[in-house]
Amino acid sequence: MSVDQKVDGSRRQLLLVTSAAGGVAAAAAAVPFVASLTPSERAKAAGAPVEVDIGKLAPGEMMTVEWRGKPVWIINRTKEMLDSLKKTEGEVSDPNSDKPMQPEYAKNETRSIKPEILVAVGICTHLGCSPSDKFKTGADSGIAADWPGGFLCPCHGSTFDMAGRVYKSKPAPDNLEIPPHKYLSDAKILIGEDGKA
Amino acid sequence: MKIRGISLVKKLLATALFAPLLAVASGPELHLDKAPVSTDPAALANGAKLFVNYCLNCHGASYMRYNRLQQIGLSESMIKDNLMFTADKIGEPMRIAMQREEAKVWFGAAPPDLTVIARSRASEFGSGADWLYTYLRGFYRDSERPTGWNNVIFENVGMPHVLYELQGEQVAKVTEADDGHGGKVKTIALEQGKPGKMSKEEYDKATADLVSYLVWMGEPMAETRKTIGTVVLAFLGLLFVLSYLLKKNYWKDIH
Amino acid sequence: MSKNSQSVMDWIDARFPLTSSIKGHLTEYYAPKNFNFWYFFGSLALLVLVLQIVTGIFLVMHYKPDASLNAAGVPVAFASVEYIMRDVPGGWLIRYMHSTGASAFFIVVYLHMFRGLLYGSYRKPRELIWVFGTLIFLALMAEAFMGYLLPWGQMSFWGAQVIVNLFSAIPVIGPDLSVVIRGDFVVSDATLNRFFSFHVIAVPLILIGLVAAHIVALHEVGSNNPDGVEIKKKKDARGIPLDGIPFHPYYTVKDIVGVVGFLIVFSFIVFFAPEGGGYFLEFNNFIPADPLKTPPHIAPVWYFTPFYSILRAVTYPLFGIDAKFWGVVAMGAAVVIIAFLPWLDRSPVKSIRYKGGLFKIILAVFVISFFILGYLGVLPPTPGRTLVSQICSVIYFAFFLLMPVYSKMDKTKPVPERVS
Repeated sequence: MSVDQKVDGSRRQLLLVTSAAGGVAAAAAAVPFVASLTPSERAKAAGAPVEVDIGKLAPGEMMTVEWRGKPVWIINRTKEMLDSLKKTEGEVSDPNSDKPMQPEYAKNETRSIKPEILVAVGICTHLGCSPSDKFKTGADSGIAADWPGGFLCPCHGSTFDMAGRVYKSKPAPDNLEIPPHKYLSDAKILIGEDGKA
Repeated sequence: MKIRGISLVKKLLATALFAPLLAVASGPELHLDKAPVSTDPAALANGAKLFVNYCLNCHGASYMRYNRLQQIGLSESMIKDNLMFTADKIGEPMRIAMQREEAKVWFGAAPPDLTVIARSRASEFGSGADWLYTYLRGFYRDSERPTGWNNVIFENVGMPHVLYELQGEQVAKVTEADDGHGGKVKTIALEQGKPGKMSKEEYDKATADLVSYLVWMGEPMAETRKTIGTVVLAFLGLLFVLSYLLKKNYWKDIH
Repeated sequence: MSKNSQSVMDWIDARFPLTSSIKGHLTEYYAPKNFNFWYFFGSLALLVLVLQIVTGIFLVMHYKPDASLNAAGVPVAFASVEYIMRDVPGGWLIRYMHSTGASAFFIVVYLHMFRGLLYGSYRKPRELIWVFGTLIFLALMAEAFMGYLLPWGQMSFWGAQVIVNLFSAIPVIGPDLSVVIRGDFVVSDATLNRFFSFHVIAVPLILIGLVAAHIVALHEVGSNNPDGVEIKKKKDARGIPLDGIPFHPYYTVKDIVGVVGFLIVFSFIVFFAPEGGGYFLEFNNFIPADPLKTPPHIAPVWYFTPFYSILRAVTYPLFGIDAKFWGVVAMGAAVVIIAFLPWLDRSPVKSIRYKGGLFKIILAVFVISFFILGYLGVLPPTPGRTLVSQICSVIYFAFFLLMPVYSKMDKTKPVPERVS
């Protein structure tokens, strides 16, 4: 009996060690397969920072560039547009940009580095549609008689103000995302890199 | 002694069986020089420089991204400033501006993509590196060709001698000898004509670096592959011992 | 087992034969205790099948079956393979596993088949196992052939071109048939897409079904063994074969040793010689397919070369139909004839251990001529080589067709009652 128990003990130990080593081998074998699911070098190259020349962007105009396959808006806001932000403060759900939807340097009233230039990812934070610009104010906009200008998402009707802040009681939970960016010169922005990472 | 006897018998058998078959080799036989392929970063960097300057005008390397050059010890700014002439982003592949259709008109055939050229040129006569090394050193003057150049291992090649300024000119001395079967064997011997910027030794070194680079570019993960492979084999060896002991333990009840 | 897990098992067993399946196929499936080295290759074939399916699933995520040229003038399919090799993290390893796995599959399967030949594993009552096995081999050839087109290199293209043109040798319907197979007048994007579909969906489904049938049939009649003795004939009081041992744990722990041993060889090739000296990945296949330029020498991948040699060995027209057709017939017959072994072998014994010198010599000659055929298949033909391949082809067929005669003539030894 004692001999049998001794045998069982050594078998048990060997079984444990072999299973553990086999488990390590199986986990290691899974590495290339899981790795192959992550973005490839091509995707990373496509996601590289984008340089944008905003020298010709007149006040009140907007341009769209592609970064990581997503639309990034650059809007040169007029004085009126900036003023409208004061009025919308009470109507938006996160007026002080407390939620981390922007880099630290854009956590301010205009959600931008330079007050007039807004750089934002044009993707609704609800389910990923791209909102349309509704810069015309008042009844002309077709939204409301007191519309101060902003963005409307066609999918589920979320509205955003001229700083990309989402209005209260709308499906979208968060303000539009501000991507990392920096000014290479007065007229050149680099989107996707801010030198802080 | 016994072992040697067996291997001798084997050899004799193999020769008796296959010698008559092998005697008739496929296609023209190629005599290739052994390429001194290096994995030294300095040699690879020099090869990359030569590649970008001399090859990348007509040949693309469309699966090779510039930023991968960091693997051979080049920094991002070095790549951007010194090597990146055909792209504006470091993540882009080595493409060329030349149109394929135009190239076909100029050279008779569009210059092939060179990313995996070193792998494709291997044959029973030698490695792809050997072929490239012989090829790059085998250009000679031939007034009958539209480009004015011909090559010892690639007859009537469409490509001109782009490394001409480095190597200078070679002249071919063709000798014909009896091949023992009533036919003639043509041998081409090369002699240095007008000298180039480099001596023969310098040029051999430069082409060796270029070939080393092409080999590296053909499979940039080759070194990683071998490193991981060593670890994998060591671990499997351990697992083999363990599983063998386990099997013995279970099987000791079976007689 | 704790009370709770027992009740879960009871619940399942009332609805699904879980416990009885585990017993029937593992813990109470009694296999002969005298399996030797040759008996590793069945489980290894199953391992390689799983490996090919898993690596294949991940390759399909990145591969593009598209023959059109990209901006750099390279076919998209070819470029997508290089994309996997360079840009996809871990992609090179998955691809090398898949390409090496293809060759490994054939090595393992050829050895598995040879085992059957050695020990008469195809004899009554295992004829159906053998027939299913031959069908697996056929499906595997189709799978490998169509998979080889996908990288869209020179060898892929011209190999497919040559093999599909074989079908045009069939009288009357041949030319139309080859067009239907290609979906075009040459191997083209249409061909690439249908081969992709067959390679990733249709043939794997058939393969899995056949493998299941192969194993079910095996477990119905029980395994043969190196002695060719039926262990079910001698049972103890409980009805358990005296020379049988439960598959689990004895053969599971033994097969794990075989699996690790195989993985060592496999990993060595994957990590240190993935091109297999130009036999596993042919050098010419690193050149994108060019429909206007045939490489100076094309040879099929090594696992097809014995049959390819038989095809080329037929050089005489017969009954007014040209040699090309008979070559195709000979090649097809060379594979199909394997399925008839159970009815060709008339020897009173199964295993080579109790067969006489005559069979051993004939088997040795057969194996050598099969190797020579394989070797000649990678070389370009010359009159001398064609003659050798003709002699070897005759030996190949004679081995099968004369078996009813020589297997009866052979002086066999008495077979023991129990396994040794």
